[in-house]
Amino acid sequence: MPAKIGEVIQASTGEFTAQCYELHQPPPFGSLVKIREGEVEIYAVVSGAATTSIEPGRRPIARGREETEEEAIYRSSPQLAKLLRTDFTATVVGHQKGAGGGENKKGEGLHHYLPPRPARIHSFVYLCDPEEVAAFSQSLDFLSILVGAGSQADELIAASLRHAAAAHQDPRDFLIKAGKELAVLLGSETNRLNNILRRIKG
Amino acid sequence: MMEERRLGIIVSGSLTKGVEARLDSAMSIEDIAVGRYVTIEGEKRRFFGMITDVTLDASDPRLMTAPPDVSDPFIAEVLSGTSTFGRLHVLPSLTIGGDALSLLEGPQPMKTVPTHFSVVREASEQDVARVFGLVEEKQFYIGTPLDMETKVRLNPAELVKRSNGIFGKSGTGKTFLARLILIGIMQEGAAVNLVFDMHSEYGWEGTSEEGRKVKALKQLFPSKVAVFALDEEGARRRKVSTDFVVEIGYDEIEPEDIAMLRETLTLTDAAVQATYRLARRFGERKWLESFLALESREEINELAQSLGEHEATMAALHRRLDSLRRLRFLVPQARDNAIQRILEYLDRGINVVLEFGRYTDYTAYILVANLLTRRIHAQYRERMERAMGEDIAKPRPLVISIEEAHRFLSHELAGQTIFGTIAREMRKYNVTLLVIDQRPSGIDEEVMSQLGTKITCLLDNERDIDSVLTGVSGKSELKAVLAKLDTKQQALIFGHAVPMPVVVRTREYGSPQSYKELGFREALELKKQAEEDKDLWG
Repeated sequence: MPAKIGEVIQASTGEFTAQCYELHQPPPFGSLVKIREGEVEIYAVVSGAATTSIEPGRRPIARGREETEEEAIYRSSPQLAKLLRTDFTATVVGHQKGAGGGENKKGEGLHHYLPPRPARIHSFVYLCDPEEVAAFSQSLDFLSILVGAGSQADELIAASLRHAAAAHQDPRDFLIKAGKELAVLLGSETNRLNNILRRIKG
Repeated sequence: MMEERRLGIIVSGSLTKGVEARLDSAMSIEDIAVGRYVTIEGEKRRFFGMITDVTLDASDPRLMTAPPDVSDPFIAEVLSGTSTFGRLHVLPSLTIGGDALSLLEGPQPMKTVPTHFSVVREASEQDVARVFGLVEEKQFYIGTPLDMETKVRLNPAELVKRSNGIFGKSGTGKTFLARLILIGIMQEGAAVNLVFDMHSEYGWEGTSEEGRKVKALKQLFPSKVAVFALDEEGARRRKVSTDFVVEIGYDEIEPEDIAMLRETLTLTDAAVQATYRLARRFGERKWLESFLALESREEINELAQSLGEHEATMAALHRRLDSLRRLRFLVPQARDNAIQRILEYLDRGINVVLEFGRYTDYTAYILVANLLTRRIHAQYRERMERAMGEDIAKPRPLVISIEEAHRFLSHELAGQTIFGTIAREMRKYNVTLLVIDQRPSGIDEEVMSQLGTKITCLLDNERDIDSVLTGVSGKSELKAVLAKLDTKQQALIFGHAVPMPVVVRTREYGSPQSYKELGFREALELKKQAEEDKDLWG
């Protein structure tokens, strides 16, 4: 089991927010993460991250005027790490039923559509290893979910494809396949398509 | 059975206009050529058709106004086949296979279209063979479809049931095609041929475009072909073995024959009318000789007055007819009856090629072709009618080949010439035409529509293409195919003798191997065969 990176603090069927255990260490934008929800593993693509104060009312103030390097600020005020938090959001793109035994890693029971229930609060969030990423992105059906994922959808699609491509043996071949899928999905939105293609051509 | 290459799927179409297929993204549109055969696997039947057009298309019209950066191979590859794709226009014409019954019945005309998303594949050799018929050994075939090995059969027996046409610009291989077809008709004994050979290319030998000599009918099949010559000296110079030298007596020429020459001799209507009066005055067999015998202007004027004709008309007519004297085969009294001779040969099943030698002008050609054909047709007609009445054997089917056919079958003349009559009455009297021409638009529409099978090489004049395709279903589609034929060795065949339009690479003609395939046996070989036979029979 890969190491957990965070914990769900807000969840809906299509999206969840998790807090990172390490400040400033969210999973990369576009990477694939998963959550265990009973017998179901929920897969999601990291769609954004933010670091804020733990109390919404208190905003951090600048502290580095006297310091020569950034790290020194944290050294001189060790409480800072406790007063700040890093959250990330992820868009749910699929799930795998009957997971848990760890036997069916090869993509059996993998569905590229939303799970029946959202994740529970405090579910652990794990970063998927390349093998899982490759297995999950065998099918590109999840792209249709990302196409409608809000204002940064195009950035998200491009990032997730770049990320997935790295897990495949022939990244170019994978990207062309994905590109063709997108061309069909974005049939009448040539500009969007072009934007994404320029972002993934590598 | 090996699966043929998948090309795409059907996305739209209609029975009358043909169907559209979207090309698979794995296929390059540049690998597709019009004229190629495809099969479409519908739900219940398989369809057989021809690609008649290829189109580039895009899912979003904005792609055309703001093309993406295709200098990047990645983007280009992604877009090809998805946002931008090729479309094939297929003209399906037959249904083949499917269930056991249709396999037995063979290809059927199409009455519906395949369903949406039916898979389009390249046609296999078997499919093509199923459509055009398997060519058995010694059976005649005309060529092979584009990029295929299957032979396309052209059944001579079917072919000669109607009049047919061979068209094409000059230099596209009309003569070669005509030779092939004549050989096919001869080989299978479907009919006996009479060829009016204006440029002396069918009888003994012809020349290819490159100036190479090629064997013609007599050399290939000496026992089945007789060469008749109008120009004996010329034939002798060319070392052609002629079987008969044709002479035509003045007494054979009737006013109708002169009427056909109206254009080439620039005769006025009045002059043509005058010939009939002359015939009445001097008699059918004597009029021309008597008229040409008049020498002085006074004599002609006197005749004009007595016939009630204009003097100037008469004088002009005399001048024009007098010019016929330069045709040396026209003699006051022929030594032998050419028509009878030709008929004798034809009756014995020997094909006759009439070489014109140096008389390559239209006057000679039109005069002789008309005159002979009229008489021969009349004889055939009489015999056919007798055969019908008395239950005796019908005369052998006869195919008359004419070149420069638009001179005989133009709109003005088609109603009058014998060729127009033959073309219209089909095979009622067992006589049909093989029309060879480079300007089909000059041929009367009615005659064109009566031609059973049309074999056409490249044509580029719009009017010619239109006239060849008059009355054919899928005309606009075939037009695209026709205009894109290669200049050599390619022809579009459609009509009665083929189940659907077909573009063929015509079989080779001119090499020793090709002669052999056409049934030619070298003298040495024949001798050997004869000796073997002798050994066998003692």
